[in-house]
Amino acid sequence: MLTILFDGIAYGMLLFVLASGLAVTLGLMNFINLAHGSFAMAGGYVTVILVNRLGIPFFASLPLAFLASAAIGFLFERTLYAHVYKKSHLDQVLFTIGLVFMSVAATDYVMGSSQVFVQIPKFLQGQFEIYGIGIGRYRLLIIVLCGLLMVALQFILANTRFGSRLRAAVDDSRVARGLGINVNWVFALTFAFGSGLAGLGGALGAEILGLDPTFPLKFMIYFLIVVTVGGTSSITGPFLASLLLGIGDVAGKYYVPTLGSFVIYTIMIVVLIWRPQGLFSRAASR
Amino acid sequence: MLPPPIAIRVATEWLAARARWQPLEVAFWIVAFAAIWLFPDRHLILTEITWLGLFALSLDLILGYAGIISLGHAAFFGLGAYAAALLAKYEIINEPVLALLVAGLAAMALGFVTSFLVLRGSDLTRLMVTLGVALLLRELANRLGWLTGGADGLQGVSIKPVLGMFRFDMFGHTGYAYSLTVLFILFLIARRLVNSPFGLSLMSVKGNPLRASAIGISVDARLIAIYTVAAGFAGIAGALLAQTTSFASLEVFSFDRSADLLLVLIIGGAGYLYGGLIGAIIFKFMQDYLSALTPQYWPFWIGLVLVVIVLVGRDRITSWTAPFRRIASHLNWRALARHVAASSSERR
Repeated sequence: MLTILFDGIAYGMLLFVLASGLAVTLGLMNFINLAHGSFAMAGGYVTVILVNRLGIPFFASLPLAFLASAAIGFLFERTLYAHVYKKSHLDQVLFTIGLVFMSVAATDYVMGSSQVFVQIPKFLQGQFEIYGIGIGRYRLLIIVLCGLLMVALQFILANTRFGSRLRAAVDDSRVARGLGINVNWVFALTFAFGSGLAGLGGALGAEILGLDPTFPLKFMIYFLIVVTVGGTSSITGPFLASLLLGIGDVAGKYYVPTLGSFVIYTIMIVVLIWRPQGLFSRAASR
Repeated sequence: MLPPPIAIRVATEWLAARARWQPLEVAFWIVAFAAIWLFPDRHLILTEITWLGLFALSLDLILGYAGIISLGHAAFFGLGAYAAALLAKYEIINEPVLALLVAGLAAMALGFVTSFLVLRGSDLTRLMVTLGVALLLRELANRLGWLTGGADGLQGVSIKPVLGMFRFDMFGHTGYAYSLTVLFILFLIARRLVNSPFGLSLMSVKGNPLRASAIGISVDARLIAIYTVAAGFAGIAGALLAQTTSFASLEVFSFDRSADLLLVLIIGGAGYLYGGLIGAIIFKFMQDYLSALTPQYWPFWIGLVLVVIVLVGRDRITSWTAPFRRIASHLNWRALARHVAASSSERR
């Protein structure tokens, strides 16, 4: 029972790291980015190449996965996304679905369609028991790493100059511009950072979620659930939402396997009907 | 301002002028029906175009006319496909036409129930709710393996002859004639619908829901109505697929199908009844050509087309259909102007 809770927390933490970038994109620019999973997939495959083919240690490959995805995100933001911000939601949806399809087919072409695994170090495999709770070492690592990231994110957002600029831009981008904040630049950096986080999540999650070219399609709905249920006004909203989603999904699949993903989808629809602006966000939605 | 009786007559005249058949439209349908005899060896792909066109027409009704973005329109398509296949497999309804109607009604019922979910919220919530409904149905079909065959799909379906006379053959001759007739009848209904005052009120809702409700249009009721009708159309499109291929699989609910459908409609142009049909023709031939080149990586080209369309701008891409629209609106306005002039000179 507690083991399930533990696994669920690990899963939820992972989802949070994967989806937090999307929360910012949606909240800041009101931009529907369905291609967020593609950046996560990029991070995952970078790790696979680095660890499995080039023999770079697992821990050294994580920052590299972050940097690679962030670079790709920055490049795409500047060259493609920047043109689509002002367009209608329909255009944004079409555009990002197009990117998803392209990334899926391109990855299939380059890396093959079969599922790949990252060779994680020996000492992270297996599990140990504390008071009868089975704890997977790798999952423990994920919880620790993602917890640290969460704290770091909260610190950056709340206590740094960049964070306050970002919050200003989220609250009212026109006034922020008027105060001399370069909103476009803030956004490009945030987009790159969010993509990098997604890439890091993809690298960490390759072992648990499974990595194959259809990754962006399979997890698109999960990222969207985290963001819409959690709301986009803070970091804690998406964080709580991803924990709920992670625990709910793991527990649902364990206790009522016949229902499968029903639980998650039903909860999502109910929440969206009940509170369209998200469970944990302020009532005022723009 | 015109006195009321004239205003009413002008309005009726204008509606009638909008609904008048244009020569290009007549030509379109003559060619479509002539294809039954002209291209007998292309009937399989033509049948696919027909149900895809109907499916796109259905999306056009809610996206192009009512402005609802849906990523889960495959839900209704899939329900229709499974309904038709199940009815035939368990020999509940042997007559394909009747089964088609029942499948359409089932999809309409689902559309009615889920329409309440799309009334609230922003574009994003609508996207997710429609997507969620499609995923739920897919999961349902997957879990009810004893009924639907689960992941293997529903096999061993045999469709009886249409009206007891026309047997489905493997070259798709009957399939094409049958699907085209269904498409034509439903197209007439859709045409009647969008040219009616109801259709106009839908467009005003799409333009600005707040103002539409201020002039006395009940926005929610219109959206529920059109969503239900569109769901029925999509269900019949799915049923056509199941009946002409004697097969239904989980793939009918897939996200790719809903996404492809958006592309079909965007190629042809939304908010324009022929948009879905023209888009279906282009899409299928493009697919036929491109997937012959690189069968496995065909999604890449779909993606590229989507990205390019958005970056270039949808208006510019579909501007080639502008002559059709311009002719239509030009004729309408001329008829209206003539009528107004005539009625005011009468009064003097």
